[in-house]
Amino acid sequence: MPAWICAVISSQGREGSTGSSGSQPPGLPENVNASRGAAPGNEGEPPGRRWTARAVGRFKPVLFLLCLFPVVRWVFLATGPGGLGANPPEFLIRSTGIWALVLLWVTLCITPLRRLLDQPALLRLRRMLGLFSFFYTVLHVLGWAYWERGWSLMEMWADIVQRTFIWIGVLATVPMLLLALTSTRGWMRRLGRGWQRLHAAIYGIAALSVWHFWLVRSGKVDYREPVAYGLILAVILLARLIRRRSRA
Amino acid sequence: MSRFRIPRIPAAEITPHEVWLSRRRWLRQAAALGALAGTGPAALAARAGGDSLPDLEGRPNARFSIMDKQTSWRDITGYNNFYEFGTDKEDPRRHAGRMVTEPWTVEVGGEVLKPRTFDIDALRRLAPLEERVYRLRCVEAWSMVIPWVGYPLSELLRQVQPTGNARYVTFETALQPDAMPGVKRRIIDWPYVEALRLDEAMHPLTLLVFGLYGKVLPNQNGAPLRLAVPWKYGFKSGKSIVRIRCVEEMPYSSWMVAAPTEYGFYANVNPDVPHPRWSQATERRIGDHILAPRVKTRMFNGYGEQVASMYAGMDLRRDF
Repeated sequence: MPAWICAVISSQGREGSTGSSGSQPPGLPENVNASRGAAPGNEGEPPGRRWTARAVGRFKPVLFLLCLFPVVRWVFLATGPGGLGANPPEFLIRSTGIWALVLLWVTLCITPLRRLLDQPALLRLRRMLGLFSFFYTVLHVLGWAYWERGWSLMEMWADIVQRTFIWIGVLATVPMLLLALTSTRGWMRRLGRGWQRLHAAIYGIAALSVWHFWLVRSGKVDYREPVAYGLILAVILLARLIRRRSRA
Repeated sequence: MSRFRIPRIPAAEITPHEVWLSRRRWLRQAAALGALAGTGPAALAARAGGDSLPDLEGRPNARFSIMDKQTSWRDITGYNNFYEFGTDKEDPRRHAGRMVTEPWTVEVGGEVLKPRTFDIDALRRLAPLEERVYRLRCVEAWSMVIPWVGYPLSELLRQVQPTGNARYVTFETALQPDAMPGVKRRIIDWPYVEALRLDEAMHPLTLLVFGLYGKVLPNQNGAPLRLAVPWKYGFKSGKSIVRIRCVEEMPYSSWMVAAPTEYGFYANVNPDVPHPRWSQATERRIGDHILAPRVKTRMFNGYGEQVASMYAGMDLRRDF
């Protein structure tokens, strides 16, 4: 892992202790969040410019539907004249993978966006976005398990140990399952400060996902898409770093 | 004595082209509807397409045809690997229309007694055209069933008479940079070159293909002429061929150069030798229901009876 990603992760760990409004642990109960958002004069901002937790909460169902766009698109294509193309399983395995990546990137955008827009309440959208990324990852894995390996555990295991890109994909998926399971408020409370440290694994997952995508494309020697996703990830992560530096 | 004269047909009695076309369209729609209802001839529906292409019929050759359900025209012409036009499966259909296929000549030379440059029309008439339904197994673990129109490559090679030195045959694909957006990227050292051993090239199954589903080959499928070597992975069947050469030394094919650990010279379909990035044990039959299981891949793509003897004594794990 590049040194600068480690730097982001370690500074993420320190963040909780600085006490600035933009860096509260994501697990804070909503009412605390809401009162902060509404608190006048916090960091010297005019109070009216900050979205309240309730306003962001109202937007949540809209975002939920937006996150279902890929599913709607598949149904639309499948029932259309061209169907899902000549090789629907291949199409769906690729499409679920891409959308898992896109949603993960959107999830990672929340923190820099909160700071750049000075809208801490945006945090309330992050868990849902992360879970949607996990949802498409699960579909991606199920697609592979059924269409590529015919539900055979032996076949799946053989694929994992024989092929680097599958192995990398597993390395990214298993921690993601752990993060999804511990995404509830109960687990945030139980894990305390450790929750944030655990969920910093998302950076490693993101890096592994790009690597997985890179290996998938190595056959056609066409790295344009994985490179594009890697660059966007770098920008999202650098956005945090720059902000940190300017504060320090 | 007055000779019998063929009566002249008044122009009014000849069906105008548009009417003829619309009749065909109507028939096709009816066939498609019938197929949907489960009553009509599904084969007709599968055949639908390629109206703008001239007919090119071949005499059906049952001895060299399989009975599997044929892949639809739409899938055969819309899901292609022809990297000169881009690496996406839909790229060839999108871009291949710009390739110039007329005039077209094929230079046949190298270790032959009678080197010759053929015009495509002369080449089409060199031997009687046959229709053969072959399995096509792509190295990417998908497969199709395709009714090709052509004649055995051996017919052409016999005309030029390979010398005693000829042991391999190379096939070079056209390179038209203006029409081929894919060649801007050097995935392969263009032009694309494929090769066979002479005995493989002379094998009666090795087909020089000019047509598909009774139509002239669409550009994305390798117009105006390509190979079909059904017991090898699809990439061995070079498309849009401009040069055929008999040579003495084993040539390096394009994929051997681009990815030597992934592709060997022989590339015989072999379920026991996995590709480094995926298994070759099974394949997805294009056109199958989305929930249909994968099909087991057969040694030599099911053509072992005809071709296995050519590889007797060889270690096919080493010579993959």
